[in-house]
Amino acid sequence: MQSRAYFDHNATTPLAGEVAAAFTAALRDVYGNASSIHQEGQAAKRTLERARREIAALVGAGPKEIVLLSGGTEANNLALSACSPGTHVVTTAVEHPAVLGPCARLEQAGVAVTYVAPARNGGVPIEAVRDALRPETSLISVMHANNETGVVQPVAEIGALARERGIRFHIDGVQAAGKLPIDVQALGCDYYSLSAHKLYAPKGVGALYVRPGAPLHAQLLGGHQERDRRAGTENVPAVAAFGAAARLALANHHDNLRLAELRDRLETGILSSIPDAWVNGAGAHRLPNTTNIGFAGVEGEAMVIALDLRGFAVSSGSACSSGAVEPSHVLLAMGLSREDARSSLRFSLGQSNTTEQVDALIEAVAASITQLRRVSATYSHA
Amino acid sequence: MPEKPIAVAMSGGVDSSTVAALLRREGKPLVGMTMQLWNQRRLPEVNKEGATGRCCSIDDVYDARYVAEQLGIPYYVVNFEKRFEEQVVEPFIDEYLAGRTPIPCTLCNNFIKFDQFLELAEGLGADTVATGHYARIRYDTPSGRYQLLRAADSAKDQTYFLWGLTQQQMAHTQFPLGHMTKPQVRELAKELDVPVAKKPDSQEICFVPTGDYAAFIEAYRKEKGIPTETTRGDIVDTEGKKRGEHNGVHHFTVGQRKGLGIAAGEPLYVIATRPAEQLVIIGRSEDLLRRELTAKQVNWISVAHLDAPLRVQVKIRNKHEAAPATAFPVDGEPARVRIVFDEPQRAVTPGQAAVLYDGELVVAGGWIE
Repeated sequence: MQSRAYFDHNATTPLAGEVAAAFTAALRDVYGNASSIHQEGQAAKRTLERARREIAALVGAGPKEIVLLSGGTEANNLALSACSPGTHVVTTAVEHPAVLGPCARLEQAGVAVTYVAPARNGGVPIEAVRDALRPETSLISVMHANNETGVVQPVAEIGALARERGIRFHIDGVQAAGKLPIDVQALGCDYYSLSAHKLYAPKGVGALYVRPGAPLHAQLLGGHQERDRRAGTENVPAVAAFGAAARLALANHHDNLRLAELRDRLETGILSSIPDAWVNGAGAHRLPNTTNIGFAGVEGEAMVIALDLRGFAVSSGSACSSGAVEPSHVLLAMGLSREDARSSLRFSLGQSNTTEQVDALIEAVAASITQLRRVSATYSHA
Repeated sequence: MPEKPIAVAMSGGVDSSTVAALLRREGKPLVGMTMQLWNQRRLPEVNKEGATGRCCSIDDVYDARYVAEQLGIPYYVVNFEKRFEEQVVEPFIDEYLAGRTPIPCTLCNNFIKFDQFLELAEGLGADTVATGHYARIRYDTPSGRYQLLRAADSAKDQTYFLWGLTQQQMAHTQFPLGHMTKPQVRELAKELDVPVAKKPDSQEICFVPTGDYAAFIEAYRKEKGIPTETTRGDIVDTEGKKRGEHNGVHHFTVGQRKGLGIAAGEPLYVIATRPAEQLVIIGRSEDLLRRELTAKQVNWISVAHLDAPLRVQVKIRNKHEAAPATAFPVDGEPARVRIVFDEPQRAVTPGQAAVLYDGELVVAGGWIE
């Protein structure tokens, strides 16, 4: 069996040991329905509320401000659905599809949407957000950090702007949680989306922070769970795991300083050993664990396969329904040509990665690029 | 990597699934790949639900992935949509609008399957690609050339679409089904639990599952914002006498009988189209007969070039039975060939291929001018 090294932590993460322990314990022992009156129900409710407090602590919120959901996608959908027809939303061209999809739906429903373009380095200029505002603007939605490039957006500044204008502000924080300190008060946001499986917890659970008084239109009806904001019997074991993961993240389980050093080692190693390579988002404030690198004359898709066959998991663009790769809308929005966008790879590091793995990855990337460029019709060998 | 893997082009169909299973049985290291060529969600007006022959559907990928999983081989979907659109779909449309009848399958073989796919496979460290085509390749020591031969199952033979293969490409290509008959393939597929029952053989051009090319061309151009201006014009007979009107030359192809809307005492056929003058020329069955043709962009396979007239059999469309003919070199133009048939042939159609055979051997192929 070939050894594997996982460099795709922005896609998802493996379960942390303590998270797995919390998950399986709740799965085995806490079977009550959290809405039931009896002892079994109360035990479930206690587990749920303990986890809610831990999740709230991760973002500096109170537990009543946390709505437990099925994941980051549902959190983004729920936040954006608070907009009324006839109003205006400002977002960016580099958002995750879980924001862009609901925005497209809002447009069909009579809400105007402005997609602010990023600068070449992927950062969204605060002036551009300010210029996009209109008297009828009801919501600004900007991601905290980009999933593909790791570029961190000036969300605190945007939050201050939103406060000043009396506009609600949503942050998609799915990629930032665990990697950056988060304080919803300092960020000045009304909504903040979280996903558990980027935090070494299982898939299928997430949360939305909602500032008291901020409007919210429940998307699922039929029960009084989550203070009438989300009907449906709570997934207690998954929430317990999410709580454990939030606690670990606050205690710097991810070891972000170490990840930043490894990331820099990877970047320097690749750029110094491979000609015609560049970092997308260079010069911008970035997440400690992410780098996005372009390689002239090579399809990112082919690179992903070549590295997979050599035992390394990385990613390129985003997979469509068939599993084929489309050029990244994020890189296109940053002004890359379609060809350059298709030539880019994302490496996202995590807790399990070691210096040895990074060094082996650099070698594997260099070998794969050399092989692919040798047969490439588009790479100039001059 | 110890032994270089073989990249298997897997469409999710019976043939390519069987190729993967066969090679797996032989213990070869494999990488399975599905080429995503065309987005079936595009042009919904011409992609009716349930049309057979559609390629690149989610179902096909599902099936290919399932087979790869059964075989325990790595599997990937690769996106060749952009290249396919530029090298296959757009030339297909241009040719049609220019009054010719193109063969997209040959373009796909020449520019995608045995070009870009092979390039990718080599880039991934594979030495060879294997596909489910029905044809045979062998190396001929006396001539020092790779030869392309008709499939053992003559009813399934696909050499008519494969004449563009270069020596270099054949050196890195395997057609494991070339020696098998379709019933043998189905039998083997059954053993391997390949999902066959729901899979009819694809018949139409994969990206036009309805077979309505004119509607496809109009929908594609509409999506691109190019109006297909109504190229209404006259239908004339061989003497130039007006016999009716038509709503665009791209609705007609040489040899076509249906859809002319003209009452006549005898069957009438499209003899030629002239897009520049918006003319469709019709005539009697015997007006379709031609004794000669010239082909261009000729790829020589069993021979390096033609020095002297050569007795061959020539196929001018897929369903045509190869007809005895003599191939003559064209002075100073090795990529052209003049064909003189022993007996006149019906509906020699510009844009289709002329493939030259010597019995089982493919001598060459080219585009009919």
